[in-house]
Amino acid sequence: MPERYLRQSVLAHLGLESRAVDDPGDAGLVLCERAHLGKVGLRGDPADKAFLAAVEKELGFALPLRPNTVTAGDDVTAFWLGPNEWLLAVIPYEGTPLAEDLVKALAGLHAAATVLTDSRTVIGVSGPAARDVLAKGCPLDLHPSAFPAGSCAQSLLGKADVLIHLHDGGARLDLYVQRSYADYLWRWLEDAGAEFGIAVLGD
Amino acid sequence: MLQIACPHCGPRDENEFSCGGEAHIARPKQPDAISDAEWADYLFMRTNPKGALAERWCHTVGCRRWFNVERDTVTHTILRVYAMGAPRGGGGGA
Ligand SMILES: [Zn+2]
Repeated sequence: MPERYLRQSVLAHLGLESRAVDDPGDAGLVLCERAHLGKVGLRGDPADKAFLAAVEKELGFALPLRPNTVTAGDDVTAFWLGPNEWLLAVIPYEGTPLAEDLVKALAGLHAAATVLTDSRTVIGVSGPAARDVLAKGCPLDLHPSAFPAGSCAQSLLGKADVLIHLHDGGARLDLYVQRSYADYLWRWLEDAGAEFGIAVLGD
Repeated sequence: MLQIACPHCGPRDENEFSCGGEAHIARPKQPDAISDAEWADYLFMRTNPKGALAERWCHTVGCRRWFNVERDTVTHTILRVYAMGAPRGGGGGA
């Protein structure tokens, strides 16, 4: 893991900070990069009560067991990725202590916690046209009746695999994208959102 | 485009999935004990029916889990979705 001061966002070459505004005005699409959010991959058997209990004790809340749902505490958000797979997103950005604590807590169980902090970056999408822009390249039904606030889904956006998280209240969507696709996805969003007007916010 | 009901995520568009070919083809237990013709039959020969076909599908960009789908090759109607390892004719979908 690189030293903090050497760490660079995968979108650093786009100079987003120089474009950042405080007030998005009447922009239809508002974008920001949430760089360096800590991430931990978690695998384990949800039928194993000891696994669920150990994770709940460590996180302070229970893992989401229903597909495409999210649970969260103050600093950690847990996404359902599969029937035995979760992604933990950690604020502030260091995922390592949580992963180490989980590894200790899960000792002896058939489970794994892996630091994935630099595997993906997160692009925050908001503004009145946010769902319309995503609908241009995403096969999911993004209508609030089918994709309610507080849910998540893994799907495609353009040609990129993304994990989409619609925050409680529905005001912002976070796109978790593999770092090698981040530049492509950002440019795709700028292209798809141009007709609505785009504003960039700071991290 | 097909709409496929992932046993975990529910109905999703076909481009989220990959097809793994015909289901329920057992690998010969002792490949070195069978003839080349029998091995070729296992590797290459498929039933290719006009009608109901059992296939393996994976929800590649979603939950990344494999499951079986019975699909009508004429109408593309999905007749049944069931778990890996479950028998084709067996009751109870995934
Ligand atoms: Zn799925």
